[in-house]
Amino acid sequence: MRRNQVAVVGAAETTKLGVIPDMSQIQLHADAALNAMADCGLKPSDIDGVATAVESPQQIAHYLGITPSWVDGTSVGGCSFMLHVRHAAAAIEAGLCKTVLITHAESGKSMIGKLPRSIPADSLQGQFEAPYGIYGPPSQFPIPVLRFMKTWGITHEQLAMVAVVQREWAAKNPRATMKDPITVADVLNSRMIAYPFRLLQCCLVTDGGGALIMTSADRAKDFPHKPVYVLGTGESVETPMVSQMESFNSSRAFKVAGPTAFREAGISHSDVDHLMIYDAFAHLPLFGLGDLGFMPYEETGKFIADGNTRPGGKLPLNTNGGGLSYMHSGMYGMYALQESVRQMRGIAPAQVEGAKISVCHGVGGMFAASGTIIFTNEK
Amino acid sequence: MAEPARARPKITPETQHYWDGAKAGELRLQRCDSCAHAYFPPRPFCPKCGSRGVSVFKASGKGTLYSYVINHRPLAPGFTEPHAIAVVELEEGPRMMSNILDCPQTPEALELDMKLEVTFQKIDDNLTLPQFRPAKG
Repeated sequence: MRRNQVAVVGAAETTKLGVIPDMSQIQLHADAALNAMADCGLKPSDIDGVATAVESPQQIAHYLGITPSWVDGTSVGGCSFMLHVRHAAAAIEAGLCKTVLITHAESGKSMIGKLPRSIPADSLQGQFEAPYGIYGPPSQFPIPVLRFMKTWGITHEQLAMVAVVQREWAAKNPRATMKDPITVADVLNSRMIAYPFRLLQCCLVTDGGGALIMTSADRAKDFPHKPVYVLGTGESVETPMVSQMESFNSSRAFKVAGPTAFREAGISHSDVDHLMIYDAFAHLPLFGLGDLGFMPYEETGKFIADGNTRPGGKLPLNTNGGGLSYMHSGMYGMYALQESVRQMRGIAPAQVEGAKISVCHGVGGMFAASGTIIFTNEK
Repeated sequence: MAEPARARPKITPETQHYWDGAKAGELRLQRCDSCAHAYFPPRPFCPKCGSRGVSVFKASGKGTLYSYVINHRPLAPGFTEPHAIAVVELEEGPRMMSNILDCPQTPEALELDMKLEVTFQKIDDNLTLPQFRPAKG
């Protein structure tokens, strides 16, 4: 894919985030989609490409009154939307469609109209993982972390600092769910969820959604907001069974998606002004910093503990407060993308002054999939 | 009201040998006849080279503790929390999920790289589950 040929021209989250018991999941999709259309002055009849995950693209197209000539239902967990951005950019560049709507919504907390997600008993995960008592993400996602910590010399205090620093960002964001300051001691004394992870190292569960609208760079200049260009993209999958990852010292899917995006963008790590790393749990930013090549794995814990990613630090990371403090409906990738777009538009609540390049890295399932999008506000 | 039961595997044709082995007190893995790669979970072909020529063999049952969590919440049906969900690295190379039986479910007792051995937990007449416990001697 060529750099800067496709741009995000519309971006919005649902009108409300948090606990929204009066709206069904499909209604949240529509709320986000209509907000994104209003953001760029379009109507459903202007959209000819639809991508979404969990919910089917046919449902979204019908519900919103769209007649698409291109659809993508890639559903690989919370980073599905990074993959949609990548696929949409390729489709627009190939001339398959002109204007793509990507939607996400989830009634993660209120469970209104939420589609069921279960592990079939005759699947490989159902046969060889579920009988050992895995039950929900907290009992699966952190399974690699003790090995990662032992191999790379990461301490419990360093891991706790991930949550502390992200709360500092959340304090600057009026839409963040949790804004009160926390300390390492608060994290390490919070309720045990799945050792070594405690409550404050696990993401929030909320309701919400978000939507993006993308078009070619040639058309993008005619929209109300400054275009946010797609500079580089990457994707991969590894395994739906966390026990079968190639290694717990890194994520193979991260190591393919991240560097692919950097190569495509033609940038080096020192060019990155702003970084989002999908933090369903506190260990993911450490994996991300290492797997994307920002630094050796053994330096990741100290890098965060020393304050390099906090407000005013040299590598602002998860500036909306992340899945740990901003919100997490169950699939967080869309919210990371929204924050990257806000930062590139220059309108984020905790704006990184002069930021020109934003890297947005996602994970799906329990390290099952990954997608990375690099945005820029310069053509 | 009866407590909700633990998640049960529903056996498929290509995994039958594994579950039959567990009932017979054997941990059965597969190995590629072409490239000698030993692998898990069961598949009727080698995930390394794609060959359909594969054989079932009885594993040593020896392994080490690769990583784990000790689950407290959410409560898994059929389990008493806290309980460890572990990944064992087998002597033959593959890794598999397990619980660690006959061992306190604490960070102090569950030391990474500790030696483990297979044991078989009979759930009922239809299901025996391969499990691991600290190696003896």
